[in-house]
Amino acid sequence: MASEHQSALSFFDRQPGTSGGITSWIFSTDHKRIGIMYLWGIMGFFIVGMLLGFLIRLELIAPGRDIMDQQTYNVMFTLHGVIMIFLVVIPSIPAAFGNIFLPIQIGAEDVSFPRLNNFSWWLYLTGALLALVSLFTGNGPPDTGWTFYVPFSSNVTTTNVNVAVIAVFILGFSSILTGLNFVTTLHRLRAPGMTWTRMPLFCWSLYATGWIQILATPVLGITVLLIFAERVLGVGLFDPAKGGDPILYQHLFWLYSHPAVYIMILPAMGVISDVIPVFARRDIFGYKMIAFSSVMIAFAGSLVWAHHMFTSGMSDTAVLVFSFLTFVVAIPSAIKVFNWVSTLYKGSIYTDPPFWYALAFIFLFSVGGLTGLILGAAGTDIHVHDTYFVVGHFHYVIFGGLGFGLFSAMHYWFPKIFGRMYNSRMAKISCVIIFVGFNVLYFPMLIMGMQGMPRRYYDYLPQYAFGHLISTIGSWILIAGLLLMFGNLIRGAFKGKKCGSNPWGGASLEWQIPSPPPHHNFVTEPVVDRGPYDFRGVERDECD
Amino acid sequence: MSAIKDYTGAKLGMWLFLFTEVLLFGGLFLLYAAYLHKFPAEFHLAGKELNVVLGGTNTVVLISSSWFMALAISALQQGRVDHCKKLMLLTLAMAMTFLVIKYFEWSAKIHHGIFPDSPELLARPAGEVVYFGLYYLMTGLHGLHVILGGGLITFAYVLIVRGKVTPQDFVFLENAGLYWHLVDLVWIYLFPLFYLIA
Amino acid sequence: MTEHHEEHHTVSYRFNTIIWGILLCLTAVTVIAAQFDFGFLNVVVALTIATVKAGLVILFFMHLKYEKPLFKIIVFITFFLLAIAIGFTFFDIGYRY
Repeated sequence: MASEHQSALSFFDRQPGTSGGITSWIFSTDHKRIGIMYLWGIMGFFIVGMLLGFLIRLELIAPGRDIMDQQTYNVMFTLHGVIMIFLVVIPSIPAAFGNIFLPIQIGAEDVSFPRLNNFSWWLYLTGALLALVSLFTGNGPPDTGWTFYVPFSSNVTTTNVNVAVIAVFILGFSSILTGLNFVTTLHRLRAPGMTWTRMPLFCWSLYATGWIQILATPVLGITVLLIFAERVLGVGLFDPAKGGDPILYQHLFWLYSHPAVYIMILPAMGVISDVIPVFARRDIFGYKMIAFSSVMIAFAGSLVWAHHMFTSGMSDTAVLVFSFLTFVVAIPSAIKVFNWVSTLYKGSIYTDPPFWYALAFIFLFSVGGLTGLILGAAGTDIHVHDTYFVVGHFHYVIFGGLGFGLFSAMHYWFPKIFGRMYNSRMAKISCVIIFVGFNVLYFPMLIMGMQGMPRRYYDYLPQYAFGHLISTIGSWILIAGLLLMFGNLIRGAFKGKKCGSNPWGGASLEWQIPSPPPHHNFVTEPVVDRGPYDFRGVERDECD
Repeated sequence: MSAIKDYTGAKLGMWLFLFTEVLLFGGLFLLYAAYLHKFPAEFHLAGKELNVVLGGTNTVVLISSSWFMALAISALQQGRVDHCKKLMLLTLAMAMTFLVIKYFEWSAKIHHGIFPDSPELLARPAGEVVYFGLYYLMTGLHGLHVILGGGLITFAYVLIVRGKVTPQDFVFLENAGLYWHLVDLVWIYLFPLFYLIA
Repeated sequence: MTEHHEEHHTVSYRFNTIIWGILLCLTAVTVIAAQFDFGFLNVVVALTIATVKAGLVILFFMHLKYEKPLFKIIVFITFFLLAIAIGFTFFDIGYRY
């Protein structure tokens, strides 16, 4: 019963014998505290990134200069991209929810390397601070776009690219160490009976993500080091005047940045795989295929990077090969969508907020994925590359995908983390407003892109004015919904109804411990004898 | 929170970290492969300017340092702590030797005006500019890792002296050894690609 | 979970020294081989010898031969993916340069 309010100490409380205070948090090796600290950072930077997006859309509401000049505009979309990708999306689900729940879900006390975990968080903080420094020092923040393409980033711009790429390097290191920690933890610390095929699919997604973090991120590391070397030493490896090939920069950049999108989406898919069964009260359809598809996406996703380069000037052979391979990587993603929908069939559906966000995810990610096919086909890509079609596509998959996956995770695990429940009706209203605002903001981009509106342009021809106007209005609706959602969650954290261990009736291990979890996850090491979506005998423990 | 002693886990974590180093250097090897394909003649020509004797000596130096490191771990596992410490000092001596030889190689080149963005270098054919750019970046990044590896081995030495790393609990030394062998591995590929390409 | 007894395979001094000896020989071989011109096979020969040396270091000095299968698999996957990264890039530059 939820009214048996936990009087035991939660991981938020001061541990007896310790002095408490801020040092017990920032030097904590407790995966739950580290996850919470990441969560605050990610939410904070998400709001900053959102603000930048808001300003960009404000500038684009009508042709000509509206609120800023060209240089500022270039800086705006660069920062929006860098912050959203490196400070929000890449860390988001793994570093926040993965940290809090991965050990609990496998029945472990913590990750394999708790001190390294804390170090990862400090790297995140350092990278974030350095990125902030780049805003205010030197010749101002970078204006290269988050992709830092040469020769502009290496030879032309005088803005603070040096500091920014060092920040990216450090953030990359943070990501690598998190992935390393999770992969080791999953191999070594599963509780007795927790076989690979009894783990929640969220853990499988973090496993596949961890491998990409380990193997792909170092390529980003060397790439940004090379930008630094070009700028500081004038090495010339990408400078045609010195024998270099700028397209090789793009190969190196996308060798990381394509797999990076799978770092972004796989954990969100893992959340959906955990959420859908709970709210359909059914075992998931095709557990092994979903687990396998996560690993397949990780592998296949490392074969397709040059589909970002169809118009770069690379060889026709490469265009052909990479276009073909890109169609292959769509297959495992489709498997997941089919399996989620199949899970709902003849399920006993509970329409709570996490489920609403999960449904929105499936729809929006599918739209994004389908538009990806148009981009992956080299013939059609020639027309839409570097247009708003691309901008629409990646916002559908990243924001519609990972973003809504993140919101689903927030609403799903909220009662577990805080021991309280938010207002369900408000959460659903927010979901609808966000969903409507999202589509009003991004769908016109798909159309404008087809009509030829280039991306990253400060100004545009009058024929695109209507589309941009609609889009900007959409951004206002979206932001209103997001603020409503955050407000509801914050209010719930302080004043929400108190909850017991299992308000949703979940079957994975985190729902068997108190809410919020105590300092030590388990009183005795769990022995697992059932699957993560085995709801026989599992009851919802409604909050007060 | 008590530290979980997991020998296999600690080793697994180190191997995963080594993979990141493989991919880090891998990016540079990718550039080398591309530019060798683009400028075969210039790479052969420029390769002649590197000293095979010095490069070969450094190769022997690093292989021997790996040998000493492997012996050191073997020694500690057999309980021969003093022997282990001596072998680790020999490893460090080899590391220093490598860096000294590298210093002489680099300073000779720089003295002759061959360094990134130098007028002397830029006057040469494009392929040679690329070759030396890669030379400095790759041997430079490698040298940095020699220093880092040396630091790690020194730290392991201190831990042995303090009794924190023992014949019963030696995974830290093993992991330091793994890192050191990676440094050797990278050089095993750098040597033929830069010194024997002539 | 803590391990109470792990198999520690100790490589003897003698065996380590044999490997060191082979590595020195292979270094000599690669230097000598570089004196001959095999045309475009020069790089192939050099890299093959280097890979044999690397294999010895990885299998014996780094102990991979005596590790669990998991370790061998992930080492293979890493180098395999690096090979793909370099190899697939040649779909571009092989047809442009």
